Amino acid sequence: MSKRDLLLEIGLEEMPARFITDTINQLEQKTTDWLKGHKIAFEVISNYSTPRRLALLIEGISEAQEDIHEEAKGPAKKIVLDDKGEWSKAAIGFTKSQGASVDDIYFKEINGIEYVHVKKFIKGKETKVLLPELKQVITDLYFPKNMRWADNELKYVRPIKWLVALFGSEIIPFSITDVKTDRYSFGHRFLGERISFDEASDYVQTLLSQFVIVNASERKNAIISQIENLMEENDWNIPMDENLLEEVNNLVEYPTVLFGKFEETYLDLPEQVLITSMKEHQRYFPVKSKDGKLLPFFVTVRNGDHMHLETVAKGNEKVLRARLSDASFFYNEDQKLKIEDCLKKLNTVVYHEEIGTLSKKNARVQEFANQIAGLINVTEEEKIAVNRAAEICKFDLVTNMVYEFPELQGQMGERYALQKGEGELVASAINEHYMPRNSEDQTPPSNVGALLAIADKLDTISSFFAIGKIPSGSQDPYALRRQASGIIQILLAKKWTVSFEEILTLSLKLVEQAGIQKKDIEEIQEELKTFFKLRIKHLLQEKGIRYDIIEAVLGGGIGVVSTLVKKAVLLEQSKDNPDFKENMEALSRVLNISSKAGQVKEINTELFENEYEKTLFEQLQLLDTSLNAMLTEENYYELLISLKPAINAYFDHTMVMVENEEIKTNRLSLLASLAKYIVNFAKVNEIIVK
Amino acid sequence: MNIQNMILTLQKHWSDQGCILMQAYDVEKGAGTMSPYTFLRAIGPEPWNVAYVEPSRRPADGRYGENPNRLYQHHQFQVIMKPSPDNIQELYLDSLKALGINPLEHDIRFVEDNWENPSLGCAGLGWEVWLDGMEITQFTYFQQVGGLECKPVSVEITYGIERLASYIQDKENVFDLEWTEGFTVRDIFLQPEYEHSKYTFETSNIDMLFNLFTIYEQEAHQQMENGLVHPAYDYVLKCSHVFNLLDARGAISVTERTGYIGRCRNLARKVAKTFYDEREKLGFPILKREETKDHE
Repeated sequence: MSKRDLLLEIGLEEMPARFITDTINQLEQKTTDWLKGHKIAFEVISNYSTPRRLALLIEGISEAQEDIHEEAKGPAKKIVLDDKGEWSKAAIGFTKSQGASVDDIYFKEINGIEYVHVKKFIKGKETKVLLPELKQVITDLYFPKNMRWADNELKYVRPIKWLVALFGSEIIPFSITDVKTDRYSFGHRFLGERISFDEASDYVQTLLSQFVIVNASERKNAIISQIENLMEENDWNIPMDENLLEEVNNLVEYPTVLFGKFEETYLDLPEQVLITSMKEHQRYFPVKSKDGKLLPFFVTVRNGDHMHLETVAKGNEKVLRARLSDASFFYNEDQKLKIEDCLKKLNTVVYHEEIGTLSKKNARVQEFANQIAGLINVTEEEKIAVNRAAEICKFDLVTNMVYEFPELQGQMGERYALQKGEGELVASAINEHYMPRNSEDQTPPSNVGALLAIADKLDTISSFFAIGKIPSGSQDPYALRRQASGIIQILLAKKWTVSFEEILTLSLKLVEQAGIQKKDIEEIQEELKTFFKLRIKHLLQEKGIRYDIIEAVLGGGIGVVSTLVKKAVLLEQSKDNPDFKENMEALSRVLNISSKAGQVKEINTELFENEYEKTLFEQLQLLDTSLNAMLTEENYYELLISLKPAINAYFDHTMVMVENEEIKTNRLSLLASLAKYIVNFAKVNEIIVK
Repeated sequence: MNIQNMILTLQKHWSDQGCILMQAYDVEKGAGTMSPYTFLRAIGPEPWNVAYVEPSRRPADGRYGENPNRLYQHHQFQVIMKPSPDNIQELYLDSLKALGINPLEHDIRFVEDNWENPSLGCAGLGWEVWLDGMEITQFTYFQQVGGLECKPVSVEITYGIERLASYIQDKENVFDLEWTEGFTVRDIFLQPEYEHSKYTFETSNIDMLFNLFTIYEQEAHQQMENGLVHPAYDYVLKCSHVFNLLDARGAISVTERTGYIGRCRNLARKVAKTFYDEREKLGFPILKREETKDHE
């Protein structure tokens, strides 16, 4: 059967760069689903995108849908024939509904009853007749933000300017708002012109001749190779931030890379200030020397060709100079501030209406940080540093620099604190307590920073839970999930042996003292435990741990995070060992039966009736003594699975649920005591063994 | 090109596109959007095309005339077209050409920027326009004004005149810009910049300003009850300016701030609704007239 290519292009006023990649993937996916759903065969689908267009080129589309051969089953024979042997209404109704006539009827027996059947043949429709339905695919695209324009009802990412829908050389007619599909498109806004496609397959080449590189990854490669050339020519090192590259790529149709310079005196500003000014505000790539020092240059990408590049460079230099001159002014102003004055100002900064001022919140964080420091093996010097760092960690929020560059909170604090004579431990903790800032960021390297980070984040989470602001679905405006994951990562990295539940209780006590809670503290505590368990589940899933093992290790609560993770990894690694199944089954038997134990009483060895009971009791005593010594998770695990023979022998020779209450209680008490040690490791009966 | 010629050029350009050329509105305001020619006229179904220069006061940005980039009062050239024309981006780019900016010699981009003014209950989507990396224009499709959905949608184009001039005249310091031959921004605005900064940050009578806020607010509510939208709106603008003065002075704590913004927003919403109702009572006369024209 013959085939044609299909070109679909949506021309738009400039889309937000951050939406483009996701949108074009959606368009490809939804179109593919539509073709498959309609049984229209095709060979290759390729997507193209720039700020002003979303396009698909689908090669080798069949001229028609696949035909359908089917057999349709109808009512039973006795219903379709009346007393006289004529076709009943039911027969006529059924055949009509199948697009057949009573002449097509034949009978087939199913489970001893004869039913009416007809052969159904549905001829596939012509593809070109169906293609106008793609309108729905286009209007169904999802955007995080939509708008209306002129007097249209449609909500879309930006106004639609033109539509191309070409099946081979034939226009597929439909329209969205007042825009009708045609074969016309537009080249680069300034360098190109209105163009017409004769054939769908002309798309990429025609647009290139109009200064549009329509393939996003080709365009990105063009940027990369031009930057690499600059690096080589000038002996520079230009770190290529993937996010920035992606954004810049989605801001241009025809990229030309150029560089500009700024006065060397601005290099006296903190490096982060320079980088933020260039990257965040101007989308420039900062330039470094081969040995990693920032140089007074920047690289930017123009949407256009090589003509008049010096004008463009000069304009960009002027903008950056104004920004840096502003930054320099604020930096000098900040030198006049005292930390204590900044702290006073925090009294007037409301953190959240229902939580109170930053000062109040921070006083709580300070107390909390000191309390956690008391639970952990840190030096006196570190304890003193925690107290001071906690006291001043938010002072930079009221400096000019952070007001202008909010993303530099913490980093400016560290720098200013050092300048104002604070110790290094204290200064670095001010920066570190925001870590990890995102899922790729590192955790705080120092103990002081880590303690403060946990205190600040956990207090934030507890406070928001206390006022009922709990993340749900995609709603997490205060980034509580990210902060919870941060706490877990820090505890894991530091391997502190403090139980999570213990610090959570401390945090909630402080929140309760502040009186901000809107419901029962116990209820909040339960919600928080569930919330954190879910974060840990995510973490373990990312580590490739099987879900039932995750359930098992979380069965007894969170406890020490690093221990929990080690146990999970250990079980995951052991799960394919040949004796794993038997080991788990033996331990699970103890857990299962001990759930029937009522009150656990002291074990009376006089009541033992066989040697197996005695052996198991001895093993229990051994566990008691071993676990008092600091045991690694590996040793703990070994010890537990070494119980297998004793457990199995016990159950083979001992009836637990006997009539004699005294003996029964004694046996259940022994098993329950043992179960406690097993559950303490993991709820092994949650593990699925086959 | 000096500022005076820039303004004349822009006026000519937008006048040719059918915009009514208006003069600046005579009550203090923080942005051209707050002029009744924008804020009120963007409401409701009546078509509206207008262009005007708006001196805009931002007390907190006052720098005693010492900062080369920041001003207590700057100038905006404001264009509103309702409904937004299909070729509005092209019309805008033509205006840049009229100002002598040849797109082939520069790098002009439309970078996402969504505008929101919670104290006026306004929201819109659009871009900031970059000229060689410098933001020279805000380009916004209004979606909501005074808490009311915009139907049809107006497009707002706001040129930062001093910004654009500093590029066109290649000056580093805003005070060096030529307004017209023989006169710079310094000649005309340096003294008021200094005096307004000193007033804003040092000598304003805080008690009086707090009182004024309350009095203006009451009057705005009172006049709305009388169905007098425009006098009421003048007092809303006055409230907003007094609030800005108090805020710049540091006289309003963060907690109180939320409260004052809320009061401004309530006024703005009420005015918007009152304006709509009053126009409706009049039968949306401009809409009616245009429809009759279409039928002829």
